[in-house]
Amino acid sequence: MIVFDKVSKSYGDSVVIKELSFMIGKGELFVLIGASGCGKTTTMKMINRLIEPSSGKISIDSQDISFTDPVMLRRDIGYVIQQIGLFPHMTIEQNVALVPKLKNMNPAAYMKRVDELLNMVGLDPTLFKRRYPSELSGGQQQRVGVIRALAADPPIILMDEPFSALDPISREQLQDELTGLQKQIHKTIVFVTHDMDEALKIADRICMLKDGKIIQIGTPHELVNQPQNESVIDFIGRKRLQRNHSAYSGHTGG
Amino acid sequence: MDTILGMFEIFVDDWNNVLMLLLEHIYMSFTGVLFAILIGVPLAVAMTKSKVLAQSIQVLINLVQTIPSLALLLIVLIFLGLGYQTVIVALFCYSLMPIIQNSFVGLSNVDRNLIEAGIGMGMTSRQLLFQVKIPLSMPVILAGIRVALVIAVGIATIGTLVGAGGLGKLIYRGIATSNDAKLLAGAIPAALLAILLDSVVGRLEKKLNRSRRHAA
Ligand SMILES: Nc1ncnc2c1ncn2[C@@H]1O[C@H](COP(=O)(O)OP(=O)(O)OP(=O)(O)O)[C@@H](O)[C@H]1O
Ligand SMILES: [Mg+2]
Repeated sequence: MIVFDKVSKSYGDSVVIKELSFMIGKGELFVLIGASGCGKTTTMKMINRLIEPSSGKISIDSQDISFTDPVMLRRDIGYVIQQIGLFPHMTIEQNVALVPKLKNMNPAAYMKRVDELLNMVGLDPTLFKRRYPSELSGGQQQRVGVIRALAADPPIILMDEPFSALDPISREQLQDELTGLQKQIHKTIVFVTHDMDEALKIADRICMLKDGKIIQIGTPHELVNQPQNESVIDFIGRKRLQRNHSAYSGHTGG
Repeated sequence: MDTILGMFEIFVDDWNNVLMLLLEHIYMSFTGVLFAILIGVPLAVAMTKSKVLAQSIQVLINLVQTIPSLALLLIVLIFLGLGYQTVIVALFCYSLMPIIQNSFVGLSNVDRNLIEAGIGMGMTSRQLLFQVKIPLSMPVILAGIRVALVIAVGIATIGTLVGAGGLGKLIYRGIATSNDAKLLAGAIPAALLAILLDSVVGRLEKKLNRSRRHAA
């Protein structure tokens, strides 16, 4: 369980995150959404201490993360960055095996796991393992970016707009794969997006941010049926609210 | 035509001497460049961590670079006396600049997203340096080493003036005795050596670049 307790972040005079308090349950697919610059990435990077809060406290399983070694913390949190971030000088196999190797796990075990993970996202290991990232399509690279975050079997995974650079068809396919995957692995996933369709489709709960503040947290069902104010309605879009009302009225979320 | 034939005559009659001079030449150039790599690359790493250090080193190197090679050789001579050590130190000074410059540029231009990916995955700063930053800037570092080698092979020809050997011995003896064949017998192997090193290291760079193209 991840808990934010009055977390703020400022750069000089500008406050970009304002007293955020919320919790993310174990095994939950939690989506952070909002317009560009609202603080989604900043919020996420505070979880693996790529960014330190200016004030407030973040804890994981009741342990204040400011007291943990950031290197060890990060090895237990999968991370998929906004721009894929596969290492171009390493093969697909080396990329996926990176964190298990950093953690000094047993090579025989993690090499087997690399094959399993590649198979899981439909990439034939014998065909793809020895290739370099530049020899894969954008969608294939994105899949590798996702399974690389899963390789060391971390309980928490952070994903920053992992599918935003893809064409709509690959994006939908990967969204389906992710929700399918989540049914098997039950990780705590923090997923950043600015795409409302994506959020409504994959989220257990959605946290909507605006100017560094939470404007609503709830299940897709709650957001669509009980938008708390005009900003939420604007972001979801009036058209979609009418269209999706029936689609989400039977969904209880969670 | 006669001079060219004369040159071949020297190669055939005196091949063991020419070979020895060539080996001396390679020894001086490689040793100078090797020390420049051993000092220059770590210095470049330190420069990426401190702006003040980066600027002061850049000023210092540019200063050394403006000293004519003969003058530098004489300055070193005052401290180290006649012999190989003097040439090697001078070559080291000249090789430092392209090696530091390229390593610094290469290391500072590694894609920030990849650095963040490395940190985010739990790499220590040492792991990040050896597994991400250095491998990714290797083609640029190699380009610096290639330039340094070519410069070193050229400058090593004046080593003979401070009592070291090398192909310069033939060149300067040829000049002194107006023997063009002898001059060429020194100059042409030196030029070929420079070209060879340039293409071998250049090929290595290309090979690295090919497999390390950036992911889209
Ligand atoms: N290093 C920094 N210095 C100053 N301001 C920063 C810095 N990093 C981020 N910001 C500001 O903080 C705010 C939040 O940035 P953040 O990257 O979290 O946005 P985001 O919601 O992820 O946006 P996007 O959808 O465009 O990725 C922005 O207004 C940004 O300009
Ligand atoms: Mg962002």
